[in-house]
Amino acid sequence: MFGIGLLKGLFTTLKNLFGPVFTVQYPNKKVGLLGALKFHKKTPTNFIKTQPKDFVKSLAGLHEVPEYPDQASRFRGQDFNWFEDRCTGCASCAKYCPLGIIKIETKPSTRDAKEGSSYDIDVFDIDIGRCMFCGLCVEACPFDALHMGSGFERANEKRKGLVIPVDELRTAIKTPSTWFRPQMENKNYRPKEDDSEIKDYRDIGRHEKPSDDELTERWVNER
Amino acid sequence: MGPARDSFLFEIVFCHLSKDPSCDSVRFINLSFIPVELNWLSFSLTAFFWIFAFINAALISVLMLIWGERRLIGKFQARLGPNRWGPLGLFTPIADAIKVMFKEDVEPTLSDKLIYVLAPILMVVPVFMIFPVIPYGAKSFLTNISVGVVFVLAITSINSLSVLMAGWASGNRFAIIGGIRAVAMLLSYEIPMGISAAGVVIIAGSLSLSEVVESQIIPNVIFQPLGFIVFLVASTAELNRSPFDITEAESELVAGYMTDYSSMKFGLFYLGEFMATIASSAVIVTFYLSGWRGPSFLPIPGEFWFFAKWIGVIAIFIWFRATFPRLRIDQIMSLAWKGLFELSLINILVIALTMAIWPDPTSNQLIIMTGINWVVFLGSIYIFGKILSPNLTGNKIDKRNVVYGLD
Repeated sequence: MFGIGLLKGLFTTLKNLFGPVFTVQYPNKKVGLLGALKFHKKTPTNFIKTQPKDFVKSLAGLHEVPEYPDQASRFRGQDFNWFEDRCTGCASCAKYCPLGIIKIETKPSTRDAKEGSSYDIDVFDIDIGRCMFCGLCVEACPFDALHMGSGFERANEKRKGLVIPVDELRTAIKTPSTWFRPQMENKNYRPKEDDSEIKDYRDIGRHEKPSDDELTERWVNER
Repeated sequence: MGPARDSFLFEIVFCHLSKDPSCDSVRFINLSFIPVELNWLSFSLTAFFWIFAFINAALISVLMLIWGERRLIGKFQARLGPNRWGPLGLFTPIADAIKVMFKEDVEPTLSDKLIYVLAPILMVVPVFMIFPVIPYGAKSFLTNISVGVVFVLAITSINSLSVLMAGWASGNRFAIIGGIRAVAMLLSYEIPMGISAAGVVIIAGSLSLSEVVESQIIPNVIFQPLGFIVFLVASTAELNRSPFDITEAESELVAGYMTDYSSMKFGLFYLGEFMATIASSAVIVTFYLSGWRGPSFLPIPGEFWFFAKWIGVIAIFIWFRATFPRLRIDQIMSLAWKGLFELSLINILVIALTMAIWPDPTSNQLIIMTGINWVVFLGSIYIFGKILSPNLTGNKIDKRNVVYGLD
């Protein structure tokens, strides 16, 4: 009968009206009082005392809270996570890089003579302006010291700003991607969740970095 | 001055201005300062107040409608709609309006200057004239003219003249073709619209909008569903709204008769269209949804019911826009002339016959008449669907029907 198709179409859009909304309001969304309380996990009185300005804003529905899209844990971000305590300065990453954009300068370790054990890193710059995020450097790292990152907000106005210097790699908050790190995926590690930061280098790898005594045992005494 | 005093809206402002003893009972506060001899002054002041109030209310409601339409369409399409500027994106239409005002006002060299400027004004101004005649409540109207139905239908049809003027004055072949197409469509849909409105008038026995509302013991949407459907579809077409927005067809044509318009002239067309949507919804509420009448056992004023129904009808228009794809021009014309025209004739015939049998119907007879109307409604929709659907939905186009089509 003529008109049934029209009614079907109207019903389909009506279902959408009461269904979920798929928009993700990255980087922040405006919420009212209820949304603000839910986000900050606070009681109303506590919220007024601690954030009076935000309370007034939230009454008008103008309080902004961050919102991020769901992110796969193997997402290869624009930043790299590097654990200096794990790194021996072998420069495998630099050798494997198809574009040669990893720049490493090392000097012999100033600690005890542990020949072949470790170098100190002076320069470890990654030029992500030319990086294609193939991840070969991460695959190549024998000590799981270098990881793909999970961030994606490293846009910059200048090409120089796209070079990640060693200091930034040292100090950055480390939420590595689980790409090519099955041991982290087995732990159900999710990079972009609360307290997903990895503070101890021992949490990351499949095998621990040998201690200095072990190295001495292996490389000095056994020979 | 006499008939105007019937209106509650008029009376309440007038009595707070004038010291007229006849309206002592109406005053809330005794602030009136104009002596009785100067009643003409308080009369004019009241008129100016309400003109000011109605025009501003219409403009603000257009802003609200633009926001509401975009939000609602977003929700219908499982997204959010505007949400960045102000709470819930409420200031987005204001930003839009400012943007439109500051755009460059282009006037084509070949244009007919006077008509070019007049056309957008003619689109907007008549729509303002619909609001005062509509009864928002039992006593809340500005003027109750005795030929309200005809007035409304006449005023709404002025916009087809504006469309033709805009198309002609642009001096642009796309604009004139778009304008002629639009006028062909508008004129075609005016006929079923008028005839189905005649069904309402037959029931009411009067052309006054107040009496149309008061006559609806059963709302006309239930009493004569066929007339309602025809009127709703025809007014959607009259408003140039989707699925009948062939005049603009923003995704496939240049903007039709609006091609050469920019800046606030374009803004006026936009404003006129949205305001016509609001006005037309009010007319539909008055004609078919029993206006300010609500369930009488609830102590809620009639104005509330009117505004609730009003928003509901606007939401239906937005719902249509979010759902239906655009019709081709030949489909639009065949729907008007082969479908709605005959359906509206059937509607008026059935109602006239039943009214001839029971000229002064009791409530039982009204229910029987409603039953007859529903049987006719479903039957005629079924039959016309059978006849029309190969024309409307099939791939086969009868070439003889493609008179206005460019495609």
